[in-house]
Amino acid sequence: MPLKDLKKYLRLDKFPHIWCPGCGNGIVLQAVIRAVDNLKIEQNNIAVVSGIGCSSRAAGYLDFSTLHTTHGRAIAFATGIKLAKPGLTTLVLTGDGDCSAIGGNHLIHAARRNIDLTVVVFNNNIYGMTGGQYSPTTDLESNASTAPYGNLENPFDLCELTKAAGASYVARSTTFHATVLPNLIAKGIRNKGFSFIEVMCACPVYFGRMNKLRDANEMLKWQRDNAVNVKQWGIMTQEQKKGKFAIGELHNIPSEEYTEKYKKMIEEAKRRDNGAV
Amino acid sequence: MTGPNIKFLQGNEACVEAAIAAGCRFFAGYPITPSTEIAEEMAKRLPRLGGTFIQMEDEIASMGAVIGASICGVKSLTATSGPGFSLKQEHIGYAVMAEIPCVIVNVQRGGPSTGLPTLPAQGDVMQARWGTHGDHPAIVLAPSSVKECFDLTVKAFNLSEELRTPVILLSDEVVAHMREKIELPENIKIVDRKKPGPFSGKDNYKPYKVSGEEDIPVIPNFGEGYRFNITGLVHDETGFPSTSPEITNALIRRLCKKVESKYKMIKGIEINLPKDCKTVVLSFGSTFRSARQAAKDTGIGAIKLTTLFPFPDKELQEIEDRIKTIIVVEMNMGQIVNEVRRACRKTKVIGINVANGQLITPEIIMKEIRSCL
Repeated sequence: MPLKDLKKYLRLDKFPHIWCPGCGNGIVLQAVIRAVDNLKIEQNNIAVVSGIGCSSRAAGYLDFSTLHTTHGRAIAFATGIKLAKPGLTTLVLTGDGDCSAIGGNHLIHAARRNIDLTVVVFNNNIYGMTGGQYSPTTDLESNASTAPYGNLENPFDLCELTKAAGASYVARSTTFHATVLPNLIAKGIRNKGFSFIEVMCACPVYFGRMNKLRDANEMLKWQRDNAVNVKQWGIMTQEQKKGKFAIGELHNIPSEEYTEKYKKMIEEAKRRDNGAV
Repeated sequence: MTGPNIKFLQGNEACVEAAIAAGCRFFAGYPITPSTEIAEEMAKRLPRLGGTFIQMEDEIASMGAVIGASICGVKSLTATSGPGFSLKQEHIGYAVMAEIPCVIVNVQRGGPSTGLPTLPAQGDVMQARWGTHGDHPAIVLAPSSVKECFDLTVKAFNLSEELRTPVILLSDEVVAHMREKIELPENIKIVDRKKPGPFSGKDNYKPYKVSGEEDIPVIPNFGEGYRFNITGLVHDETGFPSTSPEITNALIRRLCKKVESKYKMIKGIEINLPKDCKTVVLSFGSTFRSARQAAKDTGIGAIKLTTLFPFPDKELQEIEDRIKTIIVVEMNMGQIVNEVRRACRKTKVIGINVANGQLITPEIIMKEIRSCL
């Protein structure tokens, strides 16, 4: 699909966007609309919920029903939307700080419920909007404005976290692998249940500048050189895996979705109410 | 009186009956004493009505889910107590800013912090008014009986739908847990939020536009054809962020004015002032029950507030020439009393304040009244 045919999904009057030169967020945004377009979902039937941060500004550029919420809580608002209107395809666009620090509790519990939300996390390993503080996905010893002597905290592997919490679909890719992203997101949307897609996404202005990766191209090359296809990953030794990360579909085990279970419960409750039991 | 609509209910149960009667079909909450009965009863009742109950992972998430459901057009409720009420504050502000109708029941217990989980207090008055950050209006209703738990919950839903703003029902442990006979009304007036007509196909609808003298925008529900943006940021009439001083000023003033201009609909004050009586007790919630008894036994006047905010400045100022002293009774260290002092500059205002987890008895109030007479 040529880019010009995707314009209908964008609120072009809101451009230019707020993102810095070299930021990967636009690539993720494009992948989201390509996924929606591939699935031929009616534009009116999509709700996009975001939190606070650079990535969460993505919602405003999309011509769907868009909800820009509070810091960390997009998944909680999205849960209310999904329960009230289960027919709405509900996407959550969020960042690493938004969804795994302040919003970490909502992330794991939505995964545990296997509620039909598709969460796309723009993981740039830093808080961009506030100026480059370390996040739960900042690597050990990386620098950040609040880690001037290097980060002392171990990072989360968000895919392992959501998989362990109960997500039925988990995938990871990078903005370098832009062409495979739409398909990974589309599969997440199609999965009836909680889907989590992590996109490694460059922030040259804050993360890069503080970690000797100032050039956006260098950061994309870093993604290319350190991302390993999940099939290859499976046969690598621990030593070979060091500093690298798996990309692709990491977990896909469909299981009964929350709103469908709820619908059954309503039917059962009504049946009992009618004196059938 | 007997009949199918005569019930013997707890205050919390009356809230549930009222919420359902008012059209509430979504509840998100988190267990907390002394409000939990509301969640338990909603969990039982809502599925039978095709509605949804969810126990969220925390109080913040509950308030977020309530707003999300309301954005889709479903009347939504949450219930909590002090510590949980504190956690909900950011999202109460979001609902004010984004103009999303919802009702929050706060069954007050002793604080600060974990405080006295099973004992009554009225220490959250100012948190209900000013708990969320920034300048904002607040509608706060306070029931003093099981019947009022019902009536004010209905009123809370109707006001939230009419004004597109969160409404707080400030209950307390005594009124929430006591049982009284109540006749549930056959018919109640139900208000539903205004919606624009079916989507015309033109995509320039401005969800936050108000026209003429109107203060309240007609915002579509999500998933009904209109595609628009909702944000907690200061926004223009299209719903998109703005930092313009003019737009900010207009928005903040409109949010406050829409509540002020509907004051007649919101107000809740009962003044019982015997002829030539110069002293009057003023109270609200369960404390009013003791104040009323003390007033009766000493032959003085009594004022009951069922709406705490917006505060009834005008109604109190109107009686100032007829009275000399107002005795304000509340289970806190003095919160409503300062509102009375602010409104009534010509009258002597005395506070009776007890914050020990015990209901204020008529005897305590009478002692104070006698010293004033």
